[in-house]
Amino acid sequence: MAELKTPDKLSRFEFIRQGIARTAALALGFLGGFAAFGSRKKNTVWQLDPMKCVQCEHCSTECVVQPSAVKCVQSYPICGYCRLCFGYFEPNAPELTAAAENQLCPTNAIERIFVEDPYWEYNIIEDLCIGCAKCVKPCEQFGNASFYLQIRHDLCVDCNNCSIAMQCPSEAFSRVPADQPYILKHKTREQQVTPAQFSQS
Amino acid sequence: MQTILGYLRGRTFLTAALTALALAAFLPSASGDEMRFPQPEFTSGYDFPETTVAPPKTEAGQWLDVALLTLALSIATVFAVKTRSRRGIFWLSVICLGYFGFIKQGCVCPIGAIQNVAMGIFDSNYAVPLTVMLIFLIPLAFALYFGRVFCASVCALGAIQDLVILKPINLPRKVTLGLSMIPYLYLGAGILFAATNTGFIICRYDPFIGFFRLNGNSPYLYLGAGFLLTGVFIARPYCRFFCPYGVLLGMMSRFSRWHLSITPSECVDCRLCETSCPFDYIDKPNTGLDRENRESGVKRLTHLFVMLPVLIVLGGWIGHRLSIPMSSYNQKVFTAEQILAEQANPDLEQTLYTETFDEMGLSEDALMQEALKIRKRMNVGGWLLGGFLGLVFGVKLIGISTIRSQKDYEVVKPSCFSCARCCGYCPSDAMHKPNFVAGSPAYNAALALVNPEKEAQPAKKAPQESKVS
Repeated sequence: MAELKTPDKLSRFEFIRQGIARTAALALGFLGGFAAFGSRKKNTVWQLDPMKCVQCEHCSTECVVQPSAVKCVQSYPICGYCRLCFGYFEPNAPELTAAAENQLCPTNAIERIFVEDPYWEYNIIEDLCIGCAKCVKPCEQFGNASFYLQIRHDLCVDCNNCSIAMQCPSEAFSRVPADQPYILKHKTREQQVTPAQFSQS
Repeated sequence: MQTILGYLRGRTFLTAALTALALAAFLPSASGDEMRFPQPEFTSGYDFPETTVAPPKTEAGQWLDVALLTLALSIATVFAVKTRSRRGIFWLSVICLGYFGFIKQGCVCPIGAIQNVAMGIFDSNYAVPLTVMLIFLIPLAFALYFGRVFCASVCALGAIQDLVILKPINLPRKVTLGLSMIPYLYLGAGILFAATNTGFIICRYDPFIGFFRLNGNSPYLYLGAGFLLTGVFIARPYCRFFCPYGVLLGMMSRFSRWHLSITPSECVDCRLCETSCPFDYIDKPNTGLDRENRESGVKRLTHLFVMLPVLIVLGGWIGHRLSIPMSSYNQKVFTAEQILAEQANPDLEQTLYTETFDEMGLSEDALMQEALKIRKRMNVGGWLLGGFLGLVFGVKLIGISTIRSQKDYEVVKPSCFSCARCCGYCPSDAMHKPNFVAGSPAYNAALALVNPEKEAQPAKKAPQESKVS
């Protein structure tokens, strides 16, 4: 080492300082190299798996963004278009109308539009949805489970450690590849092969 | 089945609901791949609408942030080390507060990235993204060569606190010594909790993130407001007494080569800078002080060196004792504890977590083993964390009981934020001559020092003469 040859030019303190500084620089370099070669290069984002979700309502309360970045989505291809939607109406609703006392949604975030007899279309108004999953639960219990929660990436601020994930009782949250940022039920279903299809092939 | 479903859709609500409830008892859960109600066959030419999804931010944005971080650090370095400009540091910090704070809304910041790195090292399932690693490393590398220029003007948390320093007071040495242990505890706990996959506590208790997002849960907003209010009097309280990244930056900055200095040339011991630092990070000359006699000094130092291993073991033992309550913070361990408590006491009401666990039909044995594994890791971590804190405390005690001779006014390199406030007070600094005009703080301070009786400036208390000369 150069400084050993010329001890008279460096004070003892300066020599120690340089030695430690170089060691620290090396350590930082190693860490950087470790990251550059050992890390997953793929970008990831948070998402929740609707198959694991138990509709505990934590999504509406735990998100750092208020109202939550988790919203209900409607997968139209698997919706039954029921006249009596269990996700839309209170269990003992007096009438099947859009009156507030009939609706399950606390923020009036579901829109009910007549398509043709006896089918009705249900849309989520995202600006009003708070991600409480009150509609998701009955839709999953009694219906086709076309309502389910997803993190909306236009609203999610991509926290380093999702604070809903920390509270989620069913560990439904995980980081997913950013090029497939949503777990959409009708998409996963299309990829699945039903037993009937299997036997025909 | 088809007729029942048609009936369900068409008939009155009450009967339908009753039928549905009855059906629900027999129908399997819809989480499988079959649909309870078949897809309607529309006759009116209805098309299924698309479920709209917004794409996430791209990775290019993260690389842009890494580039901007490096750029900001470089500019801060020029201001701190080369031009010694407080004004430059200040305006850069305002810009960085705007961009890294309010526009980027805080994530990912180098402070939180500590946990990503810890998790990347200890959890084989997690790999630190390269951008996050760089965000963690670049400010450390700058600190290693130029001091804590990151704290000076790039860190949004530092900038927001720097703006509210209005009436800084000096805390007693004993208090600051005690408080300066907290960052080590916070750093150690942050690493331990990240390494055991328990949570990112440093991010969770970030006091200012709610302000940056103009949004958030009220306890955290109150916490942030509390920090800012305290910061009016106790300058940068989070940076000095909590920031875990500051510990690492300090370790680097201690050995930095081109650190900001109070004077650009030779210190003439004019004492003008004495009161300039709101953080009390200026070492004063001590050459004139009475040296304590050698014997008692050696005796005390020996005691401290003997104490050091005792402190380490004691700290480790405390950490070990705390490891079980700490592990309850982990959700798996918490669920396992709840299940055991419910088994021991059947009167207990089920919590959301145990209920969900039952509902999901997972193996209880696997959960218990997992929980036990986390507890064991937490126990080892507790020993290490406690031992580390004992070591830090011991070394701090040794540090304050050994006095290195100090000839000039110098910044305390490990702690100094390189904010360049002191630079403007130095009369040898030709660049800051304009600061030295009648009425300026430096001028008033100089007057007060030269003639403490005549100058009616009660706020600026002149230090005792005997201390220095």
